[in-house]
Amino acid sequence: MKKFINNVDDFLKESLNGFGKAHSDIINVNFDPNFISRKTKTKEGKVSLISGGGSGHEPMHGGFVGHGMLDAACPGFVFSAPTPDQMQAAAENVDSGAGVLFIVKNYSGDIMNFQMGAEMYSGKNDSIITNDDVAVEDSTFTTGRRGVAATVLVEKIVGSLAENGGSLEECKKLGEKVNKNSGTMGVAFTSCTVPAAGKPTFDIGNDEMEFGVGIHGEPGRKREKIQPSKIIINNMLEAILDDLKPQKNEKTLLFVNGMGGTPLTELYLVYNDACEILKSKGIEITRSLVGNYCTSLEMQGASITLLKCDEEILKNWDAPVHTAAMRWGM
Amino acid sequence: MITETKGYMSVNFLISQAKNIQIVIDENAAEIEALDQNIGDGDHIFNVQRGLKLVVELEDDIKNLPLQKGLNMIAMKVLSGIGGSSGALFGTFFMSMAKTPDLDKDIDFNKACEMVITGINAMKERGKADVGEKTMMDVLIPVSEKLNELKSGNTDMKEGLSEIIKIAEDRMLGTKDMLATKGRASFLGERAKGHIDPGARSSQLIIDTICKSLINK
Repeated sequence: MKKFINNVDDFLKESLNGFGKAHSDIINVNFDPNFISRKTKTKEGKVSLISGGGSGHEPMHGGFVGHGMLDAACPGFVFSAPTPDQMQAAAENVDSGAGVLFIVKNYSGDIMNFQMGAEMYSGKNDSIITNDDVAVEDSTFTTGRRGVAATVLVEKIVGSLAENGGSLEECKKLGEKVNKNSGTMGVAFTSCTVPAAGKPTFDIGNDEMEFGVGIHGEPGRKREKIQPSKIIINNMLEAILDDLKPQKNEKTLLFVNGMGGTPLTELYLVYNDACEILKSKGIEITRSLVGNYCTSLEMQGASITLLKCDEEILKNWDAPVHTAAMRWGM
Repeated sequence: MITETKGYMSVNFLISQAKNIQIVIDENAAEIEALDQNIGDGDHIFNVQRGLKLVVELEDDIKNLPLQKGLNMIAMKVLSGIGGSSGALFGTFFMSMAKTPDLDKDIDFNKACEMVITGINAMKERGKADVGEKTMMDVLIPVSEKLNELKSGNTDMKEGLSEIIKIAEDRMLGTKDMLATKGRASFLGERAKGHIDPGARSSQLIIDTICKSLINK
């Protein structure tokens, strides 16, 4: 394992300390229990948005705390869900009386810990669960689809509505709409190494890729030989379009997300391929996002998320945002 | 009805069991980690190890406390110190055990069984998982059912504990050919088949360790 580490046990704390120092104009990092909150107090009447999850997906979620997005984020250990006391403390810290909306990715550990946190918090609160990953089957009898990169879009779009006075119910409704209108598919070329493990999470051949990988390197649909980008992207988009079934000329946001170890040069090449394929299918791309937003440590690979957009979604996407990882309009 | 033994389940009992379990889990850590990497993401073993370490370290803070208080402190430590599914589930286990009535009285074997059954029921509720879904509940639920039988039956305690050891082992091995429908392994579909569930394995080791220590008492 080659990583910037002093002592494995201090990995998260030291990284959070650095994050706090680097973005001290936007956020505060609180320890024991760990949560990241905005520098400025939530204004009265504004719904507070809190997300969280295992660390190792940076900038998600701490990088999305700030104006127009989250009020707080609760980082767990690398790839492990945060604990209920973190959510409770974050909620008590940021709630201005208008209630708290927890944004939770659909993973068993996250669901259970957020549920317990919500039960322990005495204020008004509700939750939305993202499950945009089309790589796995959805079913009411199972854990269902994973919540992955579209969580970034949910946090941005709902964050704008909350900033502009949306109620808890309205925020939840919009979040669910964004989630339902999103589909994500990921591909990994290499594994990633959890610091505590010290060795790669999975073995993968030099000429192989994991099609449908999750954001912790957990396996997806199948292991395949690597192919030219156009073919990979076409297969990814087919899986998404099969699920989302957009209308001809429907407006979409195309989000190409890096897993952490793939350079932007490649991500833009992926974006280019995706644009051409979608264009040939008569799908209109009206907004874009390209970069490393929902990562899996140093994994090489990318995910594509397509979001079907209506006016409400577009308006809230375009609204000003000022966080460590996303900033426009202000 | 088993009434012969007194003094089961105390703060010191929990701490000494945690120490025993820590040794066994450490010995089997590589195997559990490998199982998790096959069908999950490899965090389970670190969460279990971190949890055991935290409980063992609590010794000086809780050794003189009454059982209910000790259980609550263990619950909060586990809940806030582990994370992931394991933290929520084991935290729930201790928290609900602490809610069993009459913990200030002497805890006999039947009462101890009742506590464990209450704890496992709460885990089932929290995880919304039942048997057959390739999780730790595949081991814990049958163990809980057997404890319920022992509590109200006439089986010799040591014989009963030997049966529990066997049940836990069979059920753990039984997860190998299951399709997962809960937890991270559920995302794999058919590909999860042929691998023992890591949570089932760690739970089985925990039960095995406790039962053996009671048999050899």
